[in-house]
Parts: sequence; C-alpha cells; structure tokens
Amino acid sequence: MKPLTPVAPGARLALGIAFFVVFVAGWSIATFGGFVSKTFLADPVSMLRSGWTLLASQGFGWDIGWTVWRVFGGFAIAALLALPLGVAMGAYKPVEAFFEPFVSFARYLPASAFIPLLILWAGIGEAQKLALIFIGSFFQLVLMIAVIVGNTRRDLVEAAYTLGVGDRGLIRRVLLPGAAPEIAEALRMVLGWAWTYVIVAELIGASTGIGHMITDSQALLATDQIIFGIIVIGVIGLISDVVFAWLNRRLYPWAQLGR
Amino acid sequence: MTPLLAVRGLTRTFTSRDGSATPALRATDLDVAENDFVTILGPSGCGKSTLLRIVAGLDRPSAGEVLLDGRRIESPGADRGMVFQSYTLFPWLTVLDNICFGLRERGAARAEQLAAANGFVAKVGLVGFEHHYPKQLSGGMQQRTAIARALANNPRILLMDEPFGALDHQTRELMQELLLGIWEAEKKTVLFVTHDIDEAVFMGSRVVVMSARPGRIKLDRAVPIAHPRHYSVKTSAQFSELKAELTEQVRVEVRAAQAEAAAAH
Repeated sequence: MKPLTPVAPGARLALGIAFFVVFVAGWSIATFGGFVSKTFLADPVSMLRSGWTLLASQGFGWDIGWTVWRVFGGFAIAALLALPLGVAMGAYKPVEAFFEPFVSFARYLPASAFIPLLILWAGIGEAQKLALIFIGSFFQLVLMIAVIVGNTRRDLVEAAYTLGVGDRGLIRRVLLPGAAPEIAEALRMVLGWAWTYVIVAELIGASTGIGHMITDSQALLATDQIIFGIIVIGVIGLISDVVFAWLNRRLYPWAQLGR
Repeated sequence: MTPLLAVRGLTRTFTSRDGSATPALRATDLDVAENDFVTILGPSGCGKSTLLRIVAGLDRPSAGEVLLDGRRIESPGADRGMVFQSYTLFPWLTVLDNICFGLRERGAARAEQLAAANGFVAKVGLVGFEHHYPKQLSGGMQQRTAIARALANNPRILLMDEPFGALDHQTRELMQELLLGIWEAEKKTVLFVTHDIDEAVFMGSRVVVMSARPGRIKLDRAVPIAHPRHYSVKTSAQFSELKAELTEQVRVEVRAAQAEAAAAH
C-alpha cells in the first residue's frame, strides 16, 4: 500500500463487501458461540427469521413506508425553504449578516429536545414528525448552502460581469449552476442525518414507523426485531445515498472531471 | 477625432486595514483609437492590471475617469470584453455554451447564438471540441475559448490581462500569432497588458511603458512594423531595436521598484 494510490474498482467492491462479511462473522461467533446472552443480542439467523415474520404477518412493510414518507416529506419541506434562503444569504452579504447569527445558533439546538414542545404544539400526528425532521435539517442546510454559494469563484463572477450579466443573471447563470453539484452533495449528507431524526421522532409518541416497532420490541425484549429494524434503516439509508450520488453524477457530469 | 477609449487623470489608491494608503496608479492618461492594438508593458506590481480592471469596470478609480465613446465608465458591461490570466471559463458549460454566454444574456435566438459561436470556434481553431467541458481542455485551448467568448459578444474594446501568462513558451507564441491574425482580420480594438517585451512589441501597434508603482505612463511608442506580421519579424532589425529600447526602460523601472521595496524594509 502506498498513500493516496487509487484502488481498482473490482478490488474496491470486494474490500467493501469483505468488511460486511467480517462483521457478520464476528456477530455470529459472539452469538452462536454463546459468548453473549440471547436476551442482549440475537443471532443473525433468528434476526432474519423474525424480520421475515415482521414483514410477512405483522405489516412491517407499512411501517417502513410511513418512515420513508416522513423522512422525505420533512426533508423536502426543509430543502425547499432552505434553498432560497441559503442562496440569498450566500449572494447578498446583508441578508447573511441578518440571518447567519441566528441560524448558527439554531443549528446547535438539539432537534430531539424539541419533541416535548412539538407534541404540545402539534400533537403526536404526522405534523410533529415532519416538524422534527424540518428542525433537524433546515438550519444545517441553510448554512451549508450559504457557504457554498458564497464561495463562488470571484474570477468567474468578474468574467460574467464583463460578458454583460446583471445581478439577477449572475445568480441564475453563475452562482446557481456553479454551486449546484455541491448543494446536491450537501442535500445528500443532510438527508442522512434526517434518518436519525425520524427514528427519534418515532420512538416517542408514534403508532406507526420503524422507530415505533423498535420501541414495541424493547418492551418484549425482542432484540432480533430491534436489530432487524436498525438494519432496515441502514439499508434504506444506503440505497437512498447511492441513488442520490448516482443522480448527482448524472446531473453534473462536469463536476466529476479532473477529480 | 475623439479616441474610442480615453483614460483621464486616473488615480487608484488602495487602503489597507491599518489605514495606510498604497498608491497603485497616479494621474494616468491614455488614449486608445478605434482599431488600435495597444500593449501596456511594465514591471509586476506597477498597476497595469489595476488600470485594465478600472477600464473593465471591475474596480473603481480614486480619482479621474475613463471614457468609452465619450461616456463615463461606471460599471462592467458587455461593451468591454475581458480575457483574464486565470482560466475563467464556466466549468459547467461546454466550449460552445461558454462562447454563447454573452449572446444568451442579451436574449439572442439560439440559432443566432450557435451561428456566431461556431464561427468563433473555427477562428480560434477549436473545431471538434465544441462539446468539451473546460476541464477537458489544455490551458492554451481554454484561453482560446476565453478569447472566442469575449469576441462573440462583439465588444467595442477587448481587454486582455496577461492572457498568455500561464502558458508555456511555445503555446504562448502560437497564441500570439493566433490573436494577431484575428485582430488583423477583424480590426478589433485591443488593450493588452503584459510584462513580456517580445509579446508587447510583436502584438502591439503601440507599446506603452508604465513606471514602477505608483504607475503612470512614461513612454508611448508606435511599433514601426507593418501588418500582417509573420513571426519571423521577431528577428528583424526594427524589432530588435525597439526591444532594446524597451528593455532598457523597463529595467530602470524594475530597479526602481526593487529599490523602493528594499527601502520599505
């Protein structure tokens, strides 16, 4: 191995899969070998079996659907509102000076600590879940987008001015297209965080969703179900991440050049 | 006849954070006639780029004014095209769309944009690269695209800030011939900043030498070499004679700049 030397795509995939194999092997040894009590950690096979039962006869597919909807719903609302505000902050420094201190402050407010308040304000319905995901992602997104837009190369801005663009043209034809791939990457990252918030939202005061199944299973000491739920979240998160990354590459081929 | 571009008493002083003032340009006057190719020569840091940026409208003068067609320049505009030393093509646009950028901003029909852009693609020798992104091009090709992008906008004057400064020597000479050929064919007005004396003499119909900081114009020479110029003129007696004089003049200024820098320490 030499530092920073690239690895062949086939070897990369093999190595990535190898770790999953090692992980499951370690887990199997710990559980089948009797090193860990079944009460604390279920083995992989009973995890899969109870996962199948959950899906086939307990309507867990329905729960997954609810959770996915909440994540994408809350995230979409946050992204739709964060985009114009973030771009405005990045492009116009007085706007940034007005909002930036508050957004920086709000960004550090722990979203999960809002749950009691949100239940008070919005009840335990969907609004509360969406609101939590919104709080968790909106402020992060605004700041990231503002920084990305604000970092637009100044020489490109000057070149555009000498080609006759006005301020609106500059935003539409230089700031936005230049920032688009990085904004897409920021959205991809924050979507990952939204997955953690949704589970927290469902752990408290929910009657559907993956998080709700996990809380129910806790009462039954069903660690196999809990682990299955966690793995489902991981798999969905991974799939959405891969799709998002693929979409970004397709939409912004120029940003991939020279990497 | 009034000049196309008139620089009148232009002064630019930069104020640093601690309040100390650094004069970059001092009471500079310069006239550029229509279809002229004026090269501005000077030691680095003499304010020649500052002069060009003020003409482009990207910087504001502390005193004095710049007139284009008799109108005072307040901000950047499509009537003054600029080619920068750094590579400033929009990385998300192909060569063709980079060249179309200004025309599209003006609301020209797509067919009209493409006709103009394809014409300039041919003039700068990039046929076959229309659909490449800037990162897929060499430095020389990127600068050729940047020249095409500025020219496609049909500016009154083309401002060039050491456009070939980042290129290797051979590419640079080819680019000089290419640009000179375009200028001879299109009769554009060009204001070209460089610190390369060969380049200034070969390209310019007039060479203007700036003094060390704070810059002002200390010498203004017509280049007595007929057009069209072949690269072999670089070895002619007229060329060498003018080059020798300019070398001497620039050398004095570089010395002065160094002496001032040493005194400041």
